[in-house]
Amino acid sequence: MNNLNLEGTAKTPTINFNSNGELLIKGRSIPENSVEFYKPVIDWLTEYNNSPQAETKVKVQLEYFNTSSSKCILDVFKKLESLENTNLSIAWYYEEDDEDMLEAGEDYMAIISIEFEMIEVEEL
Amino acid sequence: MDAFNLYNQMEQDNVILAFKGAITSELLSSVLQIMEAKMEDLNDAPKTRKKVFNVLVECLQNLYHHIDDFQVDDTDIEEVAKKKSAIFSVSRTEECYNIVTGNFILNEQVIKLQERIDYINSLSRDELKQYYKEILNNGEISGKGGGGLGFIDIAKKSGEKLVYTIRELDKKYSFFTLTVRISKTKKK
Repeated sequence: MNNLNLEGTAKTPTINFNSNGELLIKGRSIPENSVEFYKPVIDWLTEYNNSPQAETKVKVQLEYFNTSSSKCILDVFKKLESLENTNLSIAWYYEEDDEDMLEAGEDYMAIISIEFEMIEVEEL
Repeated sequence: MDAFNLYNQMEQDNVILAFKGAITSELLSSVLQIMEAKMEDLNDAPKTRKKVFNVLVECLQNLYHHIDDFQVDDTDIEEVAKKKSAIFSVSRTEECYNIVTGNFILNEQVIKLQERIDYINSLSRDELKQYYKEILNNGEISGKGGGGLGFIDIAKKSGEKLVYTIRELDKKYSFFTLTVRISKTKKK
């Protein structure tokens, strides 16, 4: 299957979903219409589920996201959670002192039943 | 009109950015870019800048999405266009930022809006966190994607109560003003 590469903009994140099982979401996600933006992301995961790698490693490195994106991001996590026949790991990055972003990661972790690795970095 | 009076008023209120007119996606992109650059120049703590940016995004996107609430069909098109216009300002003092937004709402929306904000204001910080998670997980996704998380997020991130006024204008419309205060974090 093809990789999904979307270049980041001032309002949308960089998406690098590689069929080798390495998935990256990075940047800011503050579009007015997030449903539209996340549709191809969800679709890609649906297709990936047909032939996933033994290991699926997800990195989420978001600087900002709006509430419009928050539900779509949850949908991405729920889709990841439903993947079969793969060993899933999710790393949630946040900048030091950014308690809101740390809390957001903890919220997602509490909703879906996958342990996140929380990684504090100086700058995203 | 004497612009000097307007200038003085804004100077007195510590306004660093203000706008009145139609809220478009392009406008929001520009405003957010300007605010980011300004906050960097003003040398506020990164934590403060992040909070202000986050809350500003939600406040402005609230205005942006709210525009869709007005139907254009049978009413006076010029009148509707006017009512779709909104106002916002960002002011900055030694201690805090204040984001103020104002927009027209239909009178029939007033009670629902009041109940919604009053409920959010009645919650403690922990209850607010819980409520956010609940709506995030169970709320319906609207076409806009937010599903009513905006006000909750603004209250949660600002850590302050949402201050608002609603002024009835005529039989059909009221004017809604929201003021959000964000305390500045001391730089380390």
